[in-house]
Amino acid sequence: MSTDTMAVDSLELKPGIAGFMDDWGSDQRAFKGVPWGKAMMWIFLVSDTFIFGCFLASYMTVRMSTLDPWPVPSEVFALSFGGAPIPLILIAIMTFVLITSSGTMALAVNYGYRKNKWVTFWLLFATALLGATFVGMQVFEWSKLILEEGVRPWGNPMGAAQFGSVFFMVTGFHGFHVSIGVIFLFIFSYKVARGHLDDQTPGWFTKRGGNYEEIEVLGLYWHFVDLVWVFIFAFFYLW
Amino acid sequence: MDHAADGHQPVVREEEAIQHPLGVYFKIWILLFVLSAMSYAVDYYQVQGYLRWFLILMFMVLKAGLIIAVFMHMVWERLALVYFILVPPVLLLTFVAIGSLEADWTFFQRGVHFLKELIIAAPLSPHH
Repeated sequence: MSTDTMAVDSLELKPGIAGFMDDWGSDQRAFKGVPWGKAMMWIFLVSDTFIFGCFLASYMTVRMSTLDPWPVPSEVFALSFGGAPIPLILIAIMTFVLITSSGTMALAVNYGYRKNKWVTFWLLFATALLGATFVGMQVFEWSKLILEEGVRPWGNPMGAAQFGSVFFMVTGFHGFHVSIGVIFLFIFSYKVARGHLDDQTPGWFTKRGGNYEEIEVLGLYWHFVDLVWVFIFAFFYLW
Repeated sequence: MDHAADGHQPVVREEEAIQHPLGVYFKIWILLFVLSAMSYAVDYYQVQGYLRWFLILMFMVLKAGLIIAVFMHMVWERLALVYFILVPPVLLLTFVAIGSLEADWTFFQRGVHFLKELIIAAPLSPHH
């Protein structure tokens, strides 16, 4: 099996559109030189794009069709630190936390490929902590909205009832993605620190040998979570 | 290190990956911070109307593009993978088009229906 695969992949691959036609028309695997895990992660992410895309399209539909005024996110999510309330400040801080974590993740992937075990570990660990910070701030945001502002999925005192359903659905699903990501970041920090990727120790679930490519696959997931937040921030919080 | 057994070619890939200089990541990272700050500034300074929507969308597209292109390594991928990822989500625009048509119709119907109710209810409850 290995000789066949290697022989196919050692063929010269054409660049550009001709290469695209050749790859897809090769009657073999289409994604040449792409590791198995990475192709699978991309397939998952494309399907996840559709889930979030449908959420945001439904949000557009309910917001356009309601007769009641839409609550102003700038005011709903304002926070006051002693003085006058600063509009949307919590969401802005959450955005910066998530972008910082995306940066540390990108560096972790890079240092992983350099086989720099400890730098990779600390970067992954920092990414996990930043992700946990984000989830913590979201818990604060949710409890403030539920307990102090009286927002419910079926109504709120500020205006259109759909505001609550969209808010809990979209940010809840995103927060769930972040939480899963944080769990895997901690798992992979542990695996890196224990040298599982250097020694190709089989994983407890997949039984596949450890490899630093797994950090890139994890990175794809984490960057996707950040990417979804970019859209939620623009369409839900700023629009 | 027998990577060939599971059909991977990590030798090639690792060399490619190492060739991404760290500087690129730091530059993109700073750009993402700047773009986020600017999109927050749109709200902070209460820019309104079409200019607000234009700025929000522009900063959103730039941020998303930078994350996908560099952090998710898409500029270094072959077109076979790039097109597989970028083309299908375009179909979401169909949902957006259908959704906005339906929303306009619902809005119109609600307007007609609720307005009628208001007119009938008006003499009975002046606070309505």
